[in-house]
Amino acid sequence: MSAMTTLAATDPSLVMSVPEQILFWTVGAIVVLAAFALLFSKRAVVTACAIVLVMVGLCFLYFALQAPFLGVAQLVVYTGAIMMLFVFVLMLVGVDISDSFIETIRGQRPLGVLFGLGLLACLGGAVLKSTMPPVQGIPQDPEVSNPSALAEILFSNYAFTLEITGCLLIIAALGAVIMTHRVRLTKRITQGEIAAIRLRDGMRLTPPPAPGNYARHNAADIPALDAGGDVIEDSVPTVLRMRGQVHRLKGVAQDLLPDEVPATRRPDAVPPAGDIPAVAETPQQLAAEAEAQGRKPEAGEGEVKS
Amino acid sequence: MNGIVLAAATNPPQADFSQDNVWIVIGKAVLILICALVSVIIAIWFERKVIARLQQRIGPNVRGPMGLFQLVYDAMKLLLKEDINVRRADKLVYIVAPGISVAASLMVFAVIPVGGQVKIPFTDISTPLQLTDFPVAVLYILAVTAVGVYGIVLGGWASRATYSLLGSVRSTAQIISYELAMGMSLVTVFIMSGTMSTSGIVSSQEKLWYCVMLAPSFFLYIISMIGETNRLPFDLPEAEGELVAGYMTEYSSMKFAWFFLAEYINMLNVSAVCTTLFLGGWRAPWPLSTLWDGALNTGYWTILWFLAKTWLLMFVFVWVRGTVVRLRYDQFMRLGWKGLLPLALAWIVILTAIRAIDEFTDYHFNSWAVPLLSWVLVVFLIIWYWPIKEPKEDATPAEDVVIDPFADGFPVPPLPGQVLPPSPRSAGEAITVPADTVTLPVVTASEEEA
Repeated sequence: MSAMTTLAATDPSLVMSVPEQILFWTVGAIVVLAAFALLFSKRAVVTACAIVLVMVGLCFLYFALQAPFLGVAQLVVYTGAIMMLFVFVLMLVGVDISDSFIETIRGQRPLGVLFGLGLLACLGGAVLKSTMPPVQGIPQDPEVSNPSALAEILFSNYAFTLEITGCLLIIAALGAVIMTHRVRLTKRITQGEIAAIRLRDGMRLTPPPAPGNYARHNAADIPALDAGGDVIEDSVPTVLRMRGQVHRLKGVAQDLLPDEVPATRRPDAVPPAGDIPAVAETPQQLAAEAEAQGRKPEAGEGEVKS
Repeated sequence: MNGIVLAAATNPPQADFSQDNVWIVIGKAVLILICALVSVIIAIWFERKVIARLQQRIGPNVRGPMGLFQLVYDAMKLLLKEDINVRRADKLVYIVAPGISVAASLMVFAVIPVGGQVKIPFTDISTPLQLTDFPVAVLYILAVTAVGVYGIVLGGWASRATYSLLGSVRSTAQIISYELAMGMSLVTVFIMSGTMSTSGIVSSQEKLWYCVMLAPSFFLYIISMIGETNRLPFDLPEAEGELVAGYMTEYSSMKFAWFFLAEYINMLNVSAVCTTLFLGGWRAPWPLSTLWDGALNTGYWTILWFLAKTWLLMFVFVWVRGTVVRLRYDQFMRLGWKGLLPLALAWIVILTAIRAIDEFTDYHFNSWAVPLLSWVLVVFLIIWYWPIKEPKEDATPAEDVVIDPFADGFPVPPLPGQVLPPSPRSAGEAITVPADTVTLPVVTASEEEA
């Protein structure tokens, strides 16, 4: 800071202009806040969002420092590709509640604090001891544009390093492919073959009927009725059936059903014991079940959900 | 190649912004904002009209002339709908996500050259019809698009619903895969033009547009731009038949409208980028560009050509939507990773080799070498991948088993390898009509006329 103020006296063109200062302090504040959110947030996705925000802020600062290529590369590579992959994995794995705070390695936390303080001491010492070289403006040479100058340095001075890094990345990618590769033990069944099997074995060709068709309520846990008023068990998702969360229709107008429908096939019929667990039927039963599970019966529970 | 290609490759002139002041910059930014929003209204009307014609319907025709005000009614309906917040949603992210989408989509037009150098009326100020430009403008477009994807991804995640999450996961995978092919096709343009600034690329297309010179890149871009904007046949993140509405299932009212807005602005964006990079930007098409000493290539005329090309690409979007059916997810991924990406990589290697030979050796290619090669490649690929219907091999054995179709009491069609017993009619036997059948009076032609 002191170096800048001394230089301001010598060369006015190197002082931050007012708009630049506004930009710097606004973006800086946002970035610092985001960095704190990154440190103290307990939810993985919020942390990822904070990192993205930090990177977008850095990109703005790079632009302000007349390094557009670096800023854009920051955004494309880190925000667009790497953080996107992180978010992708986070969403797939489903880490959205909070990280566990159980130490997996004994003595991990005190060691971490110790190393952190050590790093802080090192960096602090380096920063405090360093002397700022005088500020230099960027040479305004139209012939040497930003990316081409960078390319010149990278591909002449550091060509070998680049090649090595490229090799390393390819090896890593290949390793990832090999490690996640599984040998297929069975023949791959195509969509056409599945259809042929279904046709041959007399299985259902169409998708299962949607729940709630011909029902009073259009909810996934209420079985559909066919045109004859019979319950179609398949129409409720298998998961709900296995959990025993199928709602029987209480309110269906019984007198609308033809008398020939046997009692076992009526919509309110108890399903045959066996593959489908018994379901709480009446509001009283549901309330009792809820109490048994140690939760307060919700208002309206036991009635057909809408 | 020294004629056309190399002349353009050495730092083509960029747009001159030296006379711009703060007010001009603000004015341009506001104009871009207004034009983008108005274009979205026109785009939705255009899409509904064109898709209706493709499906032999009329489309909206009640509100306003040719149904032009239909969208105003639709927008008002969306605004006045109940704004439902999902209770389990992650509140902050859920609300911010549509905003990210819209903000990112609006930022792309900042570097698109809508026209050439013009004089602002009633002043002496000459300025390019473009908000800004810098040496990495095209990379900036890629970066902003990448940020825009976060809107979709976070929106789907924050809704805490299965369909939304599936939609956003698909969207992530889709963007990651197709942005690679898109980036590769852009790299060929950089190699040929020697610049990444949009105005520089436009000025390097003075002699020959890149859609002719780099035809494979052009087609790669067209395919991946449809994948990038989640449009049919690549609209897997919001596949209605599978995922209700994908990442925006749990959004309603204005928040849904924002996603909708972002999608259409993104369509305009990729069309504009394609125009700039491959269709000569604001330059007039060939026969017109030679008239009156190229007067049609200057001043405010240039906006006309830019808009015409952009809307032509918008028509392609609608045309494809009305023609092609949605791909299955694995087909889509296979196309991206095993089809487009290797093709793009091979094409880059070929082009780089040509440029290197031209630049570093004494041998110089003819100026038509690259266009010729690219079209040979395109024709070759089309012939190679043209779907040929092979005559189906007859899997049934030579002698078919004769079955009794009425064996179980009801008629059953024959399976492969089975044949029905010969019909009694084919044997030429007379069909006997039972005696109690009522025969209808036969009306002959002569009687009818009488």
